[in-house]
Amino acid sequence: MSMDELMDEAALHEIRDRIRAFELDRRDFLRLCGGGLLVCLSGAQAPGQESGRGGQGWGGHELPREVSAWIHIDADGKVTVFTGKVEIGQNIRTSLAQSVAEELRVGFDAITMTMGDTELTPWDMGTFGSRSTPTMGPQLRNMAATAREMLVEAAAQRWSVDAATLVAEDGMVRNPKTGATLGYGAITRGEQLTRTLMGDPPPQHANFGRVRDPADPPLTPAIAWKIAGTAVPKAQGRDFVTGKHKYPSDIARPGMLFGKMLRATGFNATLVAADTAGAEKMPGVQVVRDGDFIGVVADDVWAAEKALAAIHAQWNVPEQISNRELFAAMRKGAAGGEASADVEQGLSGADVKLAQEYTVAYIAHAPLEPRTAVAEWGQTDAGQAKLTVWTGTQRPFGVKDDLVRAFRLSEDQVRVMMPDMGSGYGGKHTGECAVEAARLAKAAGKPVKLIWTREEEFTWAYFRPAGVMEIRGGAKRDGTLTAWEHHNYNSGPSALETPYNVTAKLEKFHEWPSPLLVQGSYRGLAATANHFARESAMDELAHELGMDPLEFRMKNLNNDRLRAVFTAAAEKFGWGREKSTADRGFGIAGGTEKGGYAAACAEVEIDAAKKVRIRRVVQAWESGAIVNPDGLRNQIMGAMVQAIGGALFEQIEFANGRVLNAHFAEYRVPRFRDTPEIEVVLIDRKDLPSAGAGETGIVALAPAVGNAIFAATGTRLRAMPMAAGEIFSS
Amino acid sequence: MADLTLNVNGTELRVRAADDAPLLWVLRNKLGLTGTKYGCGEGQCGACTVLVNGQATRSCLTPAPATVGAKITTIEGLEKAGVLSAVQKAFLEADAMQCGYCTSGMILAATALLREHAHPSDEQIVEAMEGNICRCGTYPRIVAAIRRAAEMQMASEGRKEEPEYVHG
Repeated sequence: MSMDELMDEAALHEIRDRIRAFELDRRDFLRLCGGGLLVCLSGAQAPGQESGRGGQGWGGHELPREVSAWIHIDADGKVTVFTGKVEIGQNIRTSLAQSVAEELRVGFDAITMTMGDTELTPWDMGTFGSRSTPTMGPQLRNMAATAREMLVEAAAQRWSVDAATLVAEDGMVRNPKTGATLGYGAITRGEQLTRTLMGDPPPQHANFGRVRDPADPPLTPAIAWKIAGTAVPKAQGRDFVTGKHKYPSDIARPGMLFGKMLRATGFNATLVAADTAGAEKMPGVQVVRDGDFIGVVADDVWAAEKALAAIHAQWNVPEQISNRELFAAMRKGAAGGEASADVEQGLSGADVKLAQEYTVAYIAHAPLEPRTAVAEWGQTDAGQAKLTVWTGTQRPFGVKDDLVRAFRLSEDQVRVMMPDMGSGYGGKHTGECAVEAARLAKAAGKPVKLIWTREEEFTWAYFRPAGVMEIRGGAKRDGTLTAWEHHNYNSGPSALETPYNVTAKLEKFHEWPSPLLVQGSYRGLAATANHFARESAMDELAHELGMDPLEFRMKNLNNDRLRAVFTAAAEKFGWGREKSTADRGFGIAGGTEKGGYAAACAEVEIDAAKKVRIRRVVQAWESGAIVNPDGLRNQIMGAMVQAIGGALFEQIEFANGRVLNAHFAEYRVPRFRDTPEIEVVLIDRKDLPSAGAGETGIVALAPAVGNAIFAATGTRLRAMPMAAGEIFSS
Repeated sequence: MADLTLNVNGTELRVRAADDAPLLWVLRNKLGLTGTKYGCGEGQCGACTVLVNGQATRSCLTPAPATVGAKITTIEGLEKAGVLSAVQKAFLEADAMQCGYCTSGMILAATALLREHAHPSDEQIVEAMEGNICRCGTYPRIVAAIRRAAEMQMASEGRKEEPEYVHG
């Protein structure tokens, strides 16, 4: 991903304006650590901090402000890793720890990951875009390899031998000649070892990882991995089956009150009047009002709910169009009208042509843990106001910025912590819940917890953008593509570029400046929409040509990695072994984005009432060297299950500024009964860098299912969801 | 407001709560048992599932006073003397979770299922679990974990203690 692409993505995440300069003071942190070994990273412009024994720049004031600490090893050999990335179910806490353990030559259990704490971890743009594995992975491996080198040097000094003759293994340095060993803890005991690596001037590189320096210690190749690359069980997994794990909504503080927010009755509404007298009279209830901001706090969440219900507010909701008129409005609002002479020429020379339109609906992330925050006001050491917030977010530093701005505070007056949360899928990038909790807590003079209701989460979060995709394509009788044109209106540019060979092409994203609903990131972004359109269109062309859909793809595909997943999926599925019938269809689709390669084969069953059921899906996946095969398999399978919702039945219905299906009873998400037999085939490319796998696993299922439905019924479904209410219609 | 005595995980606990306060919030906010999760408050997602006299029950829709005299089991009550229940163990070994937010409710729903049907068919598993949402999509692993838990329970039958609560 280039910087431009990253900035595009940041814009989609609505965070472009929030990318800001890195400025953290590590002094408090260093004081906390006390001693041991610390590996830091410094901006290139900061004065160099050479490694030193005896405390140069340690424990005090000499370290430059831009230094961030990444790895600490204490006198017991306990390793603490600091990263601004967060764990939201994608298993990154485990897989990053594996990478560190690997390079540091310690057991997995020796590692503790401190994540997403704005006071303790280095600044990070956020956990999105499948960036943690390809960028934070190498970053931490580099830090760990540096720490290992420092430990070997320290041991060499103690033994007065050449460091090159020593080996690091199992948490100790060993002298193969003498057999002497020194544990990491013993080496760091009573010592103050620091090394600061140079050359990572955030924010430009903060999300890419530090550019490696030729002087950096070599990283262990994947072929030699012993801990990385293995199915290490989920870190702290036991706490998840015993209920001990504390999610953001489980945080409790002494004297904590519970908040509720008054919501408008529709989007873009203005408050006409609000009568809060009834709520104010309730015992133990405080009403907080600041303009249109109206909330309540009480010592009991149930009391807060009742107080909220007692507020009578009048809202003026402007007339707004519904989801039925959505695509017409989108086509009108988004600029189009681009043409390519090459494409026109390519089309005129084609034996078979296609011009079709595909759509995807607005959908909701619906993470099972809704937005939640606990806010507490206290004092800094200097006697200033200090705001501490625990919240579920993919961008703790972004939420910190929101709070700094909202309350006109300085950087050191706000701390945001992100306990591993009840997921996000790209849906938790914004800090509104944290700001609300902080405002309520400020008025109450006590810590306040705010948990959004399911209806609030469905209504006042943001949505995956809806979109229209227009595709024109042409092919020769022998299956050679001659032209390709793909326009995406509003849903986004991710995976817009076709992986198939065609020189005459035009691929264009058309922005809609004023979308109907608040829209933002979602797992895979527009890659789902663009793959649905492209892989459906490819299937249409194949059928027009009378070619096998897999053969047609392969004929136009040079990308070896994509070819490999198509081949693997087809083999495992038994593609072509059986012919589709009226009640049973087979479909195939695939693609690549963000360094991940996916191909899926689907089998669907259609009953007499046109009810569709996905029976079996095989998906092959490749994303370079696998860091944790079990975690990866879980991610890919989960992405496939989540994809079923958007493919078949998920869509936000709205009218006049109101969401009409803001409850799980009305907004259908995949459940046990919807889940087909799923097989995941993993291809481990140890010769390639590890890419992220949280997102792209979602892209292939919908077109594979749509193509299977067509193969059975001859009906081409070009709108996602394809079978709202289970019954599909063209 | 009422003073209630609730039997939670084998212990009698006194708590003051509104007459219509959902058991979910009493467990979480008054008794500090946060393993029981809020997912929707509408009985549609199963994250708040607890056992009331052995039956899987949506604690978000159950008034706390209605559970006085009943035996309530939450996720915190399944582990006995440091030993996980078969269902907990199976979920852990199968890594049948991603974010884990649905896991408490899943484990309790599965526990109730296995009390009813020691060796459930796939259809019985789907039927019993259909009200529990895993938005991360780990359903196949959860089904596998339930099957495995059933096997573990069958294998240890005979050595097992009598259940501490009865259906009712």
